[in-house]
Amino acid sequence: MLRTALRNVLAHKARLMMTALAVLLGTAFVAGTLIFSDTIGEAAKNASTRNLKDVAVSVETVRTGTDDESADGKRTTALDEKLAARIRALPGVANVRSDVTGPATLAGKDGRPVGEDWRNRAVNYLPGTDGRDDRYPLVQGRGPAAADELALAEATAKAAGYRIGDTVRFATDGPVLTKKLVGIVSTDDRQVIAGGSLALFDTATAQRLYLHPGQFSELVVTTHPGTDQQALTAQVRALLPKDRATATSGAELAAQQAKMVTAQNSAMSKTLLTFAGIALFVGVFLIANTFTMLISQRSREIALMRAIGASRRQVVRSVLAEAGLLGLLSSAVGFALGAGIAVGLRAVLDANGAHFPDGPVVVKPTTVLYTLAVGVVVTVLAAWLPSRKAAKIAPVEALNTVEAPLAPRSLVLRNSLGLLVTGVGVAVMLYLSTFDVADENNLLLAMAGSMLTLVGMIILAPLLSRPLVSLAGLVTTRLFGISGKLAKENALRNPRRTAATASSLMIGLTLITGMTVVGESAQRGMDKMAATGLTADYKVTAGSVMTGLDPELSKKVAQVPGVRAMVPLRGTFFKAGDGFGRLTGTDLAQLPAVTALDFTQGSLDAVRAGGIAVSEKEAAEHHWKAGDQVTVEFSDKPSDAGKQTKLKVAAVYRDNQVIGTSFADMSLVDPHLPRPKNDELLVKADGGGSEKIAEEIRHALGDSPLLKVQSHADLSREAAGEIDTIMNMVLGLLAMALVIAVVGVVNTLAMSVFERTREIGMLRAIGLARSGIKQMVRLESVVISLFGAVLGMGVGIFLAWSGGQLTGSAFPTYEMVLPWGRLGLFLLIALVVGVLAALWPARRAARLNMLEAIGAQ
Amino acid sequence: MSHATAFPGSPAPARATAAVAARATDLSKVYGRDETRVVALDSVSVEFGKARFTAIMGPSGSGKSTLMHCMAGLDSISGGSARIGDVELASLGDKQLTRLRRDKIGFIFQAFNLLPTLTALENITLPMDIAGRKPDQQWLNNVIETVGLSGRLTHRPAQLSGGQQQRVAVARALAAQPEIIFADEPTGNLDSRSGAEVLGFLRESVRAMDQTVVMVTHDPVAAGYADRVIFLADGRIVEELHEPTADAVLDRMRLFDAKGRTS
Repeated sequence: MLRTALRNVLAHKARLMMTALAVLLGTAFVAGTLIFSDTIGEAAKNASTRNLKDVAVSVETVRTGTDDESADGKRTTALDEKLAARIRALPGVANVRSDVTGPATLAGKDGRPVGEDWRNRAVNYLPGTDGRDDRYPLVQGRGPAAADELALAEATAKAAGYRIGDTVRFATDGPVLTKKLVGIVSTDDRQVIAGGSLALFDTATAQRLYLHPGQFSELVVTTHPGTDQQALTAQVRALLPKDRATATSGAELAAQQAKMVTAQNSAMSKTLLTFAGIALFVGVFLIANTFTMLISQRSREIALMRAIGASRRQVVRSVLAEAGLLGLLSSAVGFALGAGIAVGLRAVLDANGAHFPDGPVVVKPTTVLYTLAVGVVVTVLAAWLPSRKAAKIAPVEALNTVEAPLAPRSLVLRNSLGLLVTGVGVAVMLYLSTFDVADENNLLLAMAGSMLTLVGMIILAPLLSRPLVSLAGLVTTRLFGISGKLAKENALRNPRRTAATASSLMIGLTLITGMTVVGESAQRGMDKMAATGLTADYKVTAGSVMTGLDPELSKKVAQVPGVRAMVPLRGTFFKAGDGFGRLTGTDLAQLPAVTALDFTQGSLDAVRAGGIAVSEKEAAEHHWKAGDQVTVEFSDKPSDAGKQTKLKVAAVYRDNQVIGTSFADMSLVDPHLPRPKNDELLVKADGGGSEKIAEEIRHALGDSPLLKVQSHADLSREAAGEIDTIMNMVLGLLAMALVIAVVGVVNTLAMSVFERTREIGMLRAIGLARSGIKQMVRLESVVISLFGAVLGMGVGIFLAWSGGQLTGSAFPTYEMVLPWGRLGLFLLIALVVGVLAALWPARRAARLNMLEAIGAQ
Repeated sequence: MSHATAFPGSPAPARATAAVAARATDLSKVYGRDETRVVALDSVSVEFGKARFTAIMGPSGSGKSTLMHCMAGLDSISGGSARIGDVELASLGDKQLTRLRRDKIGFIFQAFNLLPTLTALENITLPMDIAGRKPDQQWLNNVIETVGLSGRLTHRPAQLSGGQQQRVAVARALAAQPEIIFADEPTGNLDSRSGAEVLGFLRESVRAMDQTVVMVTHDPVAAGYADRVIFLADGRIVEELHEPTADAVLDRMRLFDAKGRTS
C-alpha cells in the first residue's frame, strides 16, 4: 500500500510540474523580455553616451522651403566657417567640429550594395593638429586627404570586403564614383552599429558631394571642463540665424537617442510580452483544470479534514497556498529560463543580421520581482475557483465508503454565459467588419471583440464537445472498433474537463490560424499590389527615394538591345482643396506597354492633349469627373508655393497600383519638380526579359549600387519580406502553443487514467489487450486535440475574416484567402499532438497491474 | 452458530471423473524473494468439472483468490501447471493470455466493474465487442431474460442498483458463452436478497445452460449454492465438500478456525 501511495504522490508531483510548465514559460518570456530590453537599452545608452561624450552642443541646419534643394541638387546650409568661428569664440568652448554628412551607398567587392539602405552615410574626416581625427580613430592606414581618397568604418570595410589600396565604388546620388581606400577607422556611430555603412572623405570632397564649399551640416561644440552646457547652448542659440539652424545640448541629444533606442526595442518587447501573455492565459486554464482534478481526487481527504474541524476558509487557504508555492517555484525556474532566452535571443538576432550594441547582461531587481509576482498571482488566481469547489466538499463525504459517482453539475448557467459572451464578441466583430479603417479605436474594439469571442467559445466548449466529439467518435468507432468507441465515451464523460483540456490547444490554434489567414491574405494583397496591372517586365528604382534616377541616364535604358519600351515615372505632390494628391508624369505614348489601363471616362488621347487622368478613387475623393477644370497647388518646388495651377481632368481610370492615383504627360509635371528626376522606370523587354537584359539595364545606368532592377518575382519576394516575419512569429507561437497543449493533454489523460484504474483493470481482465488499452487512451487524446483544433481554427478564421475587413481602405488589394494547405497541416499537427501527448499516459494505462487495478478504490 | 452440528461424509468419488473444464496440477505461486518470500499456493492440484459450480473458500491469506487469479490467467504461476481446457496457461504470453481470457473466460467481480460510460446492453456485449464478433442474439436474449434485465438495457450503471449492476456483470460473463466463469466474491457488495438472486442465476446457468462456474467466496451461504466447495488454508487444499449446505460449510469453517487457534 505504501508503494502505491508513494507512487501517487510522485505522479501528483509530476502533474504539478507539468502544470507549472505553462507558468514557467509565461514567466520565462516576461523575464526574458525585461532582461533583453534592459540589456539592449543599457548597451545602446552606453554606446550613445560614448559617442556623444565630448558633445556639449550640436548645431544643425533646419530645412526650409527656400534653400533646401537648389538646381544642382545640393543643399545650402546656414552653417559655415564664419558661424563656427563665432561659436569657437564663446567662453568655455574648447573646439567646434564642423561636420558634413550625406547619404552614400557602397558597392561591395561583389558589386552588391552594402549596409542597410537609409543608414548608409558618409561624413568628412576632420584631422586635428596632429593630423588625426579623434572622433574616428584610425585602425589602419591614414585619413583621406585628397579628392580621390576615402576611409571606411571597420565594420563597413569588412562587410564590403575592401582592403587598404582597393578602389571603392559608391554612389551618393546619380552616377557611380570611385575612390581609393586609404584608411580604416573605428567608430561608436549608432547607425553603423545598427548595420549602416560609413564612408569618410576629406572635408572639401564631402562638401562638394553634399553641400556647397564652406558649408557644413552640423557643428559639434566641445567645451573645457566645468562649462555649463545649458548656458552655452543658450549662448550658441543666440548666434544662430533665425529659423535656419538649431542648437541642442549634448545631454538632450543623448536623451533623444536613448528614446529612439527604447522605441525600437518596444516592438520586440511587445511581441515577446504577447507570447508571455498567451502562455499565461493558457496556463490559467491548465492550472485551473489540474487543481480541479486534484481536488476531486483528494475530496475524501479534504472531507476528512473538514470532519475533524478544518474550516472552509482553511481548506481554501491550503489550496491557494499550494498554488502560490507552485507559482513561486515555477516562476523562479521561469526566471532562470528567461535569462537564457534573453541571452539566446540576442545571439539568434545577431546571427540573423540584427545589430545590437555590445554590453553586459542587465538584470534589475524589479525584473526578478515582476517575474515572481506574475507567476504567483497568475497561479493563485487560476486556483481560486477550484479552491472554492474544495471548500464546498461536505464533511460527510469522508464517511462514504463507496465512491459516489459525481452528479454532473448542470451546464445551463455556463452555457447561457458562454452564449452571451460569444454573442457579444461575434456581434462586435460583425459590426467591425462593416468598417474599413484600422484606426486605434477600431483596433481596440477588434481586440476586445476577438477576446470576447475566444473566451465565449472557451466557456461554450463543454456544450460543443458533445456533438463534435460524438461526430469524431463515429469515425474512431468505425476505424478502431471498441477502443474507438470507449475513447469517444471517455472524452464525453466529463465535458468540462475535455473542454478545459482542449482549450489550451484552441487558444493556440485560434491565434495561429488567425495570423496565418491574415498573413496569407496580406501576402496575396501584396503580390497583387506589386504586380497587378504591371505588364512591364522590370521595375527600376533608385535604392533611396531621395535620390531618384537621372533622366539622361534613364534614356540609355531605352537603347539597351531587347528593351521594347521604357517608361519613366516621376511624381509630384499637390494640394487640391482640403485634400492632397500625387501626380505622376510619364511617357504617355509608351505607358500602355507597361500597364493595363482601364478608362471609365475619357481616353488616353484626351490626356495626351494636355489633361490629367485620375483614378476612380481619387476622382471620388475630390468630386472630379472627366471634363472638369480643377485648381491645384503644387507643393514640391518652393517657387510653386501659393501659386494656383489650373488642370483639366481628361480621363478617369480604374484604380491602378502601377501608375498611382493620377497621371499626365511628363511635360506637364516637369515644371513643378525642383529637378526632374525619375522615381522609377518601367521596362518592357523582348520575350519577357532575361538575366542578360537586366544586367544590361543595370550597366546602362552605370552599375550604381543605388539601383534596383526588379522582375515580377523580385517584387513579390520583396513584398513578402514583412509577411515572412509575421509567419516566423506564427511558427514561434505554434511551437509554444503546442508545448503547452501537449502538457495540458498529458495532464488530463494521466488524471483520467488514474481515475479509471479499475475500469482499465477490468477491461484487461475481460480480454482487451494492452495495445487496445493504449489505443483507447491515444484515441481519446486525439479526439480531444482535434476538438480543440477545430474550434480554434473556426474561431481563428472568423476573427481573421472580420478583422481583415479593417484593412480595406489602407490596403485595397487585401483579399481574404484560406490557405487550405496550412490549415490542413495544423489539423495534422493537432493529431500528432494528440498522439504524442498520449504516449506516456497510454503506456502507463497499458502497464497497470491488472490485479491491483481491479481491486483499486 | 450452535445449531450446525452435522458433519458431511466424504466426497462422492463418482462426480470427480466427469469432464474437466480447468485443471491445476502442482500449481505453485510464490511472491517476493528471500526474506519476504511468501508461498501463496503450495503445489495445489485441483480439477474444475464442466457444467459444475465450484466454490473456493478459505480464510484471508489462504490463497483462494490467488488460485482463482492463476487459473483465470490474471496472474502468472511460479510452478506446476494450470490449464483451461487443453491450454497450458504457463506457456502463454501476455497477448495469448489476453486472448484466452477474452474468448474462453468470463469474469464477475466483487465491485461489479462495469464501464460507467456504456449502457447495460453495451456492457453485456463488451467482451464480444472487444473480440470484434457479433453476439449470438438468441443466446443473448436468453441470458438477458434469465437475469431479468430486459427493461433496463439502455440504462447506464449509475442508474442501476447494486444488485442490478451485478446482474449486468453476470449477463456479461454469460453472454459470450465462455468455457468457464470465474466469480470473485460476487455477492460481497450486495445485500442478502440481491446476493441470493445473483447466486441463483449462477446456479441456474450451471444447471440449465451447462455453464462452468468457479467462485471465490468467504460467505458460507454463497458456498451453499455450489455443487462442490474446496477449502484452502496456507496455500493448500485442505478439505472438499460436495453438495454442501450453508450449515455444513459453516461447520467446516468453524473447525478450521478451531484448528488454527490450537495449532
